[in-house]
Amino acid sequence: MSAADVNQEHPLELESPRVSVKKPAARYDKQGDVPDAERVKRAMQNFVKDFGRTAAIYMESCIHCGMCADACHFYVTTENPKYTPIWKLEPFKQAYKREYGPFAWLYRTLNLKGKITVERLEEWQELIYDSCTVCGRCSLMCPMGIDIASLVSLARHGMAKSGLVPHELWAVAERAEKEGSPLGATPKVFKDRIEWLADDHEVEIPVDKEKADVMCTMSSIEIMKYPDSIVATARIMNHLGVDWTFRLDGYEATNFGLLSGNAEWQKDMSLKLINAAIACGAKTLVLPECGHAYGALRWSGANMYGKPLPFRVMHIAEFLAENTKSGKLKLKKLGKSVTFHDPCQIARRGGAIEAPRDVLAALGVELREMEPGKGLNWCCGGGGGVVTIHRADPIRYKVFQLKMNQIEETGAELPVTSCANCRQTFDDGQAHFKWDKKMNSLLEMVADNLEGKAA
Amino acid sequence: MDLLTFARGPGLQWAVTIFVIGVLWKLVGVILLRAKPDLSEPRNPSTWKGLRLIITRSWPRKEFLRSTAFTEVLGYTFHIGFLVALLFYLPHILFFEDVFKGVLGVNFQQVFGVQWPYFSGGVINFFGAVTVAALIAVLIHRIVSPVKRLISNFDDYFSWFVTIAPVVTGMLAYGHVGAPYQTLIAVHLLSMELLLVWFPFGKLMHAFTVFLSRGTEGMQFERKGASL
Ligand code: HEM
Ligand code: HEM
Ligand code: SF4
Ligand code: SF4
Repeated sequence: MSAADVNQEHPLELESPRVSVKKPAARYDKQGDVPDAERVKRAMQNFVKDFGRTAAIYMESCIHCGMCADACHFYVTTENPKYTPIWKLEPFKQAYKREYGPFAWLYRTLNLKGKITVERLEEWQELIYDSCTVCGRCSLMCPMGIDIASLVSLARHGMAKSGLVPHELWAVAERAEKEGSPLGATPKVFKDRIEWLADDHEVEIPVDKEKADVMCTMSSIEIMKYPDSIVATARIMNHLGVDWTFRLDGYEATNFGLLSGNAEWQKDMSLKLINAAIACGAKTLVLPECGHAYGALRWSGANMYGKPLPFRVMHIAEFLAENTKSGKLKLKKLGKSVTFHDPCQIARRGGAIEAPRDVLAALGVELREMEPGKGLNWCCGGGGGVVTIHRADPIRYKVFQLKMNQIEETGAELPVTSCANCRQTFDDGQAHFKWDKKMNSLLEMVADNLEGKAA
Repeated sequence: MDLLTFARGPGLQWAVTIFVIGVLWKLVGVILLRAKPDLSEPRNPSTWKGLRLIITRSWPRKEFLRSTAFTEVLGYTFHIGFLVALLFYLPHILFFEDVFKGVLGVNFQQVFGVQWPYFSGGVINFFGAVTVAALIAVLIHRIVSPVKRLISNFDDYFSWFVTIAPVVTGMLAYGHVGAPYQTLIAVHLLSMELLLVWFPFGKLMHAFTVFLSRGTEGMQFERKGASL
């Protein structure tokens, strides 16, 4: 697949259990040629730029009780206090008090909160990116009801503007902005793959239909690494007799603008999908098995667009659940025991908690919930862009052990999830620990068990 | 002017003024900030139902029980102890009724038709002692716990100090310990005034902001059907 490799400067690793850019000989964790003072200024200005009432309320409310630490897998597995969720925002909290809060004038006059330096921000890069998957577990622990995860996202806006994003995350985000995919799944590559898959699997995969009721999308991880998901999507849509299509002007649902903190790129990426769906008159846009894609479009899409979206946005699991519940989608009984790994952005933060369980019920499996489960499920450790950052590997493997133990404890035969990013984090962790459990995709499981499918 | 006259007169007036204006300044300053409307299609349209978080976040979810038990129990102990000592001690009630009458021109009993209930001095001292013990334990925890020590700043220690001070000085006054009674009362009052003055500037504001932050998270998460 090296033909996919358009950007030679940051070659892709397609053979490893996860797709990302090659470990660079030299890291460039600072982007652009900007004086340090200017970086700090941009970081702070852009952090406070989106500072509405919500963020200010959160900033004012922390009582430093420290409870959030015990919710975070990065703290729990290392017991290093610097991984306390609210500590990850310390320079930004300081900046807020000094520059923005109702008593900012007082802090400045009396010089009560020191100015932030670029060294401090560089030090915090590891806390804001490498060791936060924006999983939102801490937000459920905080006795004050502070949504700490949303503040981390805001801090990333500041970091991105000042060019302080970890090298690989920035590189894939730039790739996504320039080439239409973070991982080399350009429109041409996607089209070639679809033609090849359609031939190989003898399945019809409509592309660029002018009008369609349903527009489907994919994540680059699936296109490059789990192409069976493309086939599975097509099989199910065809089986249901849906009027559907992929569109080459909007097929890629991951949003590395969001993950890296680049708000403009985030908007560009979302608008591509939105405009493509509008162009084909779709009533429903189906998002792939990808967690942050759900957060990006389902919950932030309309806000990027500036008005309510003229179509429904559904995660594929929600789409499947709707059709199994209505009786349209009939599935063979699998008769195995499974445990479901809830992707943070879909379940805990996205609210689609029961949908995958409805689908699993239709598959007739014995569902063994993890403890803690559902909305308090432990994150796999790869979300929020963390899996792309190589220097974060050691800590990511540490937190992955929590996940492995949780799954082992259920004693279920098959682990299942509905996020390709979780899936590649599992594949990578599986290879690292030589674990005997392979993560499965809910979507592919459904496609393999369509009732009435020619065997 | 002796200390007690100052504490009962201008000292009290200034403290209350700073407290009221400071709290309003901070709350209004935050509430008036721009809030972008959320244009996404809500999963649960009755977002106000999320306001239940204001109540339900008062105790941890069962999954978090073990790790938070220590902080929660101590926290409840000193908050309740502090409030009981403040609100159910006869001299305090007389003071508040006095203020009430001074401001509104009517007697508390006439308005509410009931006698403000109170505990005996002995009981109040018991609550005071428990509060002091719990607050000392909280301080030790803050210093010993690596997490709390790292994230703490001046605000945390000073807020602790102004919280424990009126309880300690109150108990000293009750026991007539260490100085003439008039002085003890004056110091007790001054310690409360210090609490009032510091209140708007530090984390003690949580007594107000807790409703805003829990309410905000509750409504935003309810809209998405996210876990609360
Ligand atoms: C609506 C009223 C209030 C609520 C819901 C509330 C809630 C909380 C919570 C959840 C904590 C964190 C738990 C802990 O660290 O123990 C806390 C800490 C604290 N509260 Fe309150 N509080 C309220 C009123 C007050 C008042 C009126 C005061 C004092 C004048 C106060 C003083 C403190 C102090 C000093 C701490 C920090 C303890 C530490 O050092 O860890 N609170 N409060
Ligand atoms: C166990 C705890 C406490 C004890 C034993 C205590 C005891 C006392 C005593 C003996 C007086 C003097 C009454 C008099 O002769 O006029 C007094 C007055 C007062 N206390 Fe406390 N107190 C306690 C806690 C507090 C707290 C926590 C506060 C406020 C945060 C407070 C605020 C006041 C005020 C405002 C007065 C009125 C002073 C005046 O008469 O002008 N006390 N207290
Ligand atoms: S969002 Fe998740 S990873 Fe980030 S600080 Fe909170 S618990 Fe830790
Ligand atoms: S749990 Fe909430 S209030 Fe406590 S330290 Fe963390 S963010 Fe602050």
